[in-house]
Amino acid sequence: MAEEAAAQGPRPVVSYLKIPDGGDPYLEGQKCSGCGAIFLGERTTCSSCGSTGSLVPTPLSNQGELYVYSIVHRSFPGVEVPYVSAIVDLEGGGTVKGNLIDIEPKPEKIRMGMPVEVVYKIAPRKDAEGNEYLTYYFKPRA
Amino acid sequence: MSDVYIAGIDMLKFGRFPEKSVPDLGAEAALLALKDAGLTIQDMEALYCGNLMQASAMVGQRILQQIGQTGIPVTNSANACATGATAFRGGWMSIKAGIYDAVLIVGVEQLGKAGLLGGGGGGGGIPKEGLLGSQLMPAVFAEAGMEHARKYGTTFEQFAQVSVKNHEHSTKNPKSMYQKETPLEMVMNAEMIAYPNTKLMCSVNVDGAAAAVLVSEKKAREIGMSRAVKVSASVLTSDPFTERDLVMPDINTCTRQAAAKAYEMAGLGAEDLDLVELHDCFATAEVLHYENLGLCGDGEAGKLIDERQTWHGGRIPVNVSGGLLSKGHPLGATGVANMYEIATHLRGEAGARQVEGAKVGMTHVIGLGSACGIHILEKSA
Repeated sequence: MAEEAAAQGPRPVVSYLKIPDGGDPYLEGQKCSGCGAIFLGERTTCSSCGSTGSLVPTPLSNQGELYVYSIVHRSFPGVEVPYVSAIVDLEGGGTVKGNLIDIEPKPEKIRMGMPVEVVYKIAPRKDAEGNEYLTYYFKPRA
Repeated sequence: MSDVYIAGIDMLKFGRFPEKSVPDLGAEAALLALKDAGLTIQDMEALYCGNLMQASAMVGQRILQQIGQTGIPVTNSANACATGATAFRGGWMSIKAGIYDAVLIVGVEQLGKAGLLGGGGGGGGIPKEGLLGSQLMPAVFAEAGMEHARKYGTTFEQFAQVSVKNHEHSTKNPKSMYQKETPLEMVMNAEMIAYPNTKLMCSVNVDGAAAAVLVSEKKAREIGMSRAVKVSASVLTSDPFTERDLVMPDINTCTRQAAAKAYEMAGLGAEDLDLVELHDCFATAEVLHYENLGLCGDGEAGKLIDERQTWHGGRIPVNVSGGLLSKGHPLGATGVANMYEIATHLRGEAGARQVEGAKVGMTHVIGLGSACGIHILEKSA
């Protein structure tokens, strides 16, 4: 396809990771103007209050805190272990799941509630056509 | 509306039966339940069949093709790990509504050594497992447990004790997949799958089937009430919206809502329960459900474990069958097998693991995604 051939740069790993032309990548929430609930990914209806057409794209913060985690030691073949699966609450709203990096994967090193930030990197995996993807990670904030 | 009774119920010893098919296992359990009720397939007015992994394969009809094609309506249901309870509740509703007087329930699953479940992801692009955290069940339930640890300081050791308890319980259950004690050090030093869940803190993938015959009060009186078990509450909920639910499945709120409805329906409280079979798909999960089901106050689950209150002989024995951790977890069969366990105690037929004088028991299952099924059973005679 002509458009695909012309496309520059990596693709987003998920639909809610936005890569603006010439700007920094960010995570986008869909915020309900009725009840304030925040979702990841586009949708027509709010599953908190049932409003339709009330969802407004809202950039999410890159700052957050670690809510909970698990240290994964066994996964599918080819998935590098151990790694830290983390649930992060972002400042101003929105909860996101991802890998927590730049930390030793040991319970005594990880503190629930610790400040983390969202960082963006090229994923170490490509799709069958060899396309690159931009993904996000969490890392401890100084 | 008629009260609903279990007239017959049984299960196969859980295990791995690669030489058998899903309908083979279901048919075997169905015949056992009919025999237990002293009824035949000709007495059944409908079949409610629960199976997850072959949800599109007409498992109920294929069971009838083995045990009697009487032309009755068959409803096949799938609801993740609440599949068996959902099938059971379908039958319960049909009798409650006065449509039938006797129906057959079958829960069946063939998992083999299925390995890690979950983590499908999807959505195109590249696989997300291990890149955007883990969607595998051990990690998802580990994270749910860590929420409890965050709030109340629950320790790895307390989570591990759940596995010690359930494995110890299973040594007295001849229908459990395993009957082997696992001391605390063994549980804690087992292969770590997803901290804080070690391999011995993850439920066992097995094949299995369980079946029940449900009848109206009229039918129960006709065939004799002496071994009948009353279904005092049948509740199913889905996950209501909570702040993190779509990122971190909330197994707590749907359980709390189901428990509240079940107690109300039965006119009973947690203090009336003599034993509970709850959804210990992972050791971390059992701890949460102590509080969700009201077996103790919020934040007291760790203390409940430390004081061995949920051990056999304790204040409120939980998973005396061995639970999913040792008895095994054949997804679609689980929610009927736990009814078998409770009913067997209420009938006073549980042998070495009998909870003495048991009059009221509760079953609980959670299907991630989410569905919660809760039933309260009462001794009737």
